[in-house]
Amino acid sequence: MSLVEIKGLAIRFGSLHNPIHAVRHVDLSIERGTIHGLIGESGCGKTISGMALLGLLPQSARVSADAFRFDGLNLLDVAKSLRGRRIAMISQDPAAALNPVLRIGRQMDDVLKSHSGLPRFQRRAVAEELLAATGLADPRRVLKSYPHQLSGGMQQRVVIAQALATGADFIIADEPTTALDVTVGAQVLALLKRLVQERALTVLMITHDMDVVAECCDSATVLYAGHTVEAGRTDELLAAPRHPYTQALLAALPDAVAKGERLASIEGHIPSPFAVIEGCPFAPRCASAMAVCRQAKPPERDDGNHCWTCHLEPHHG
Amino acid sequence: MHLMRYLLRRLVLSVFVVLGVTLLVFVVAQVVPSDPAALYAGPRPTAEQIETARKVLALDAPLHERFFSFAARMATGEFGVSYKTRRLIADDLSVFLPATLELAVFSTVLALLIGVPAGVLTAAGRGGLLDRLGSLGSIAAVAMPTFFLAMLLQAFFAQWLGILPLSGRLSKEFAVLAPLPSVTGFNLVDSLFAGRPAAFFDTLSHLVLPALTLASYPAGVAMRLTRSAMIEILQRRHIVAARALGLSGSRILFGHALPNAIGPALTVVGLSFAYALTGAVLVEIIFAWPGLGRYVSEAILSKDFPVIAAATLVVTICYVAMNLLIDLAQAIFDPRVAL
Repeated sequence: MSLVEIKGLAIRFGSLHNPIHAVRHVDLSIERGTIHGLIGESGCGKTISGMALLGLLPQSARVSADAFRFDGLNLLDVAKSLRGRRIAMISQDPAAALNPVLRIGRQMDDVLKSHSGLPRFQRRAVAEELLAATGLADPRRVLKSYPHQLSGGMQQRVVIAQALATGADFIIADEPTTALDVTVGAQVLALLKRLVQERALTVLMITHDMDVVAECCDSATVLYAGHTVEAGRTDELLAAPRHPYTQALLAALPDAVAKGERLASIEGHIPSPFAVIEGCPFAPRCASAMAVCRQAKPPERDDGNHCWTCHLEPHHG
Repeated sequence: MHLMRYLLRRLVLSVFVVLGVTLLVFVVAQVVPSDPAALYAGPRPTAEQIETARKVLALDAPLHERFFSFAARMATGEFGVSYKTRRLIADDLSVFLPATLELAVFSTVLALLIGVPAGVLTAAGRGGLLDRLGSLGSIAAVAMPTFFLAMLLQAFFAQWLGILPLSGRLSKEFAVLAPLPSVTGFNLVDSLFAGRPAAFFDTLSHLVLPALTLASYPAGVAMRLTRSAMIEILQRRHIVAARALGLSGSRILFGHALPNAIGPALTVVGLSFAYALTGAVLVEIIFAWPGLGRYVSEAILSKDFPVIAAATLVVTICYVAMNLLIDLAQAIFDPRVAL
């Protein structure tokens, strides 16, 4: 059984008559012990889906889902009690995620205090151990430091150590490398991969970067305008994308074109969160859109290795 | 090392501030139309008596000589005698200053203990019943005239409930019958030194009403400032991150958000402490508190310049020290503050 099983997740804000659709129809299935990518443009509902998993949506959000399960538990009921216990988050900008006026030692200790009955000196030893596990060379010095005394990469390692300190087995990493240098970002991804293997973690990697998915994800789900449009194993997804949006995303990568040529881009904009979408959400921007695409919801298709939603018949061979 | 250098720099700057104030007081004393010799000579003096007083006070010396001797006396703490009462000013100050400091410190602590948690809780329950009640309370606390609040408190706690004394600093039995030995001048400290808990609690009960009256305004302002700072901080990423890590609500509020939000409240309460040293005249009169404010205002009314000069100097030093303390406190709460 998958660790996370989400079917038909929808999150709306605003009034009943004039709703804002942050997430319209997200399916997400994550296997234990894997890194699963959640990829899409800004505003497609990636982060807000992650917040829903943590039970951290604002009060005004209305959540509905056909299935919203974590390890067999209905998250609509228990998300708050799992937060920081079994589910932890690593957020985008580590400088903003750490409290600027408290020492790292205090911030680590507060997490450990909330989750373990260990006495103070043991918590300190655990904190040092966790910081060392994230590859920080001098944990004692880090514990005594304030966030602004650390580099971005060190800060992100501290944030990862905090997530480990909760004892959670599922970690939502919301664009963990966006705010970092490319080389430091690569180190952080390598660290996450290692931790997943060593500690039997499961990671949901929220990103807009196909390279990150290619680099470290075992499988991935592609979102477009609050819909899941395609999901599958990373190698399948990259080698044989089925949905026109995924194909366009891959074509837009700089590596996909020869040197000197213009980079490919996807014309148009994502639909407004206020819009009512009758057919396929990608139809207005899709090169192969047909009349039916604008009128009817696309069917869910599955070729055994991955699934997608599109009116186009899969061409074989 | 860094801190020591900072303190040294501030200390040097403070010397200039105090020098400037000394000069200002001296100039004002020269400009104001009053004759110190006539005041010193007593009621209805004869012309000879005034001339004698002028010689005794060395008022006929050249202006610059008089300033330097004045500055030298101020620097050594030799404040001289009051022109009006001919009492030693240093003796008077040793009574009035501790009384005022005791009241000001107590009311400042009270203002912080009431205002800051109230600001945190109203920010946490923003828009709710508690927040509305808190807003009402803080507006009332800030807007209510001091003398009116003082009388309300007296009527309620002293007259009606009869659980707190109406006025004064100590009950008769501790002030007259078996007087407390004055070591520091702070009755709370002296009573503990003397091992007399009854006197300690008597002092405390006399402190409560005037301190509450004085604390009302800074507590109200501290609450509003803390509330708005907290509302801003609570939306920051690191607070969301702390929630995502499963930290409890109260630890996030008081342990993580408050240290980010307490700065403005500290500044306001610190400055109102310094203001209360001489600005609490009404409270001191209503509660018959033997404080500096009353002492100075009486001196001002009779143009008793040695008293005014001495008190100004003392209050200036308190102000400068308080400002330094506030800056240090800000640096303790926020390590990014560059000293």
